[in-house]
Amino acid sequence: MIQGISIYHFLIVSSLMFFIGIAGFIIRQNLITILLSIELILNSVAINFLVFNRYLYPDQLQGHFFSLFIIGVAAAEASVAIALIINIYRRIHGINTDDVNEMKH
Amino acid sequence: MFYLLSTVILVFSVMTITTPKVLRSAVYLLFVLIATAGLYFLLNYEFLAAVQITLYAGGIVVLIIFSILLTSHISHKLARPAPWKLWSAAISLIVGIPLVLWIILNHTFQQSANEVPVDMKLIGTQLLGTGKNGYVLPFELISILLLASMIVAIVIAKKDKEDKQHN
Repeated sequence: MIQGISIYHFLIVSSLMFFIGIAGFIIRQNLITILLSIELILNSVAINFLVFNRYLYPDQLQGHFFSLFIIGVAAAEASVAIALIINIYRRIHGINTDDVNEMKH
Repeated sequence: MFYLLSTVILVFSVMTITTPKVLRSAVYLLFVLIATAGLYFLLNYEFLAAVQITLYAGGIVVLIIFSILLTSHISHKLARPAPWKLWSAAISLIVGIPLVLWIILNHTFQQSANEVPVDMKLIGTQLLGTGKNGYVLPFELISILLLASMIVAIVIAKKDKEDKQHN
């Protein structure tokens, strides 16, 4: 717990970050920048878990482990997504979302 | 310190989703992730902050920058988004942010004060423990997930045999 900073400060920052990620997910057209927005969303959720752990249940470690697993899942998801993006680029030479609206090209 | 870090997080996440150059967007995301690691240090979770820096800022961002360099030109600028996309994003922000903030600020949290220091030994015994507060099953699950995603990434990104003859 930090002196002078309440749990609400952290929650406001993380929820604003979450909605910035959602807005980026909607307005972006490049597949890689959509992936960046997903990373923003996952990161804000990890902050939330840690803050709840620290402020509400500081004698346990549940939120800590959840954030650890979120980081692991994000790594797995990023690697698979980047493999897919490179494969799509090799097939149709472009990674805009308007170009890949068909599953089979 | 908290205000500095949260300002960095918010400003650079807005710049991540608005800048027209893809590579700059990835670098701004790197700043956001490092500032988040700073927040973890502020909360006294040193191990998780180290994991965040090495895995996110060191691993994922480098992977994303590699894929950007493979798939798009460095001077390539993204087109401006369509107006209906801007409108739907604005509507979701206008509806979503006040709703979530209203719910959070109206809820009173039962804050607990008995703080125990988090040391590495406690993290290790709980992460690999099988009893109460043990997390060995998700730990093994995520190791299998990482192995599977590694194999999937290799299989997907590998060139087909027909493609090889054409190229």
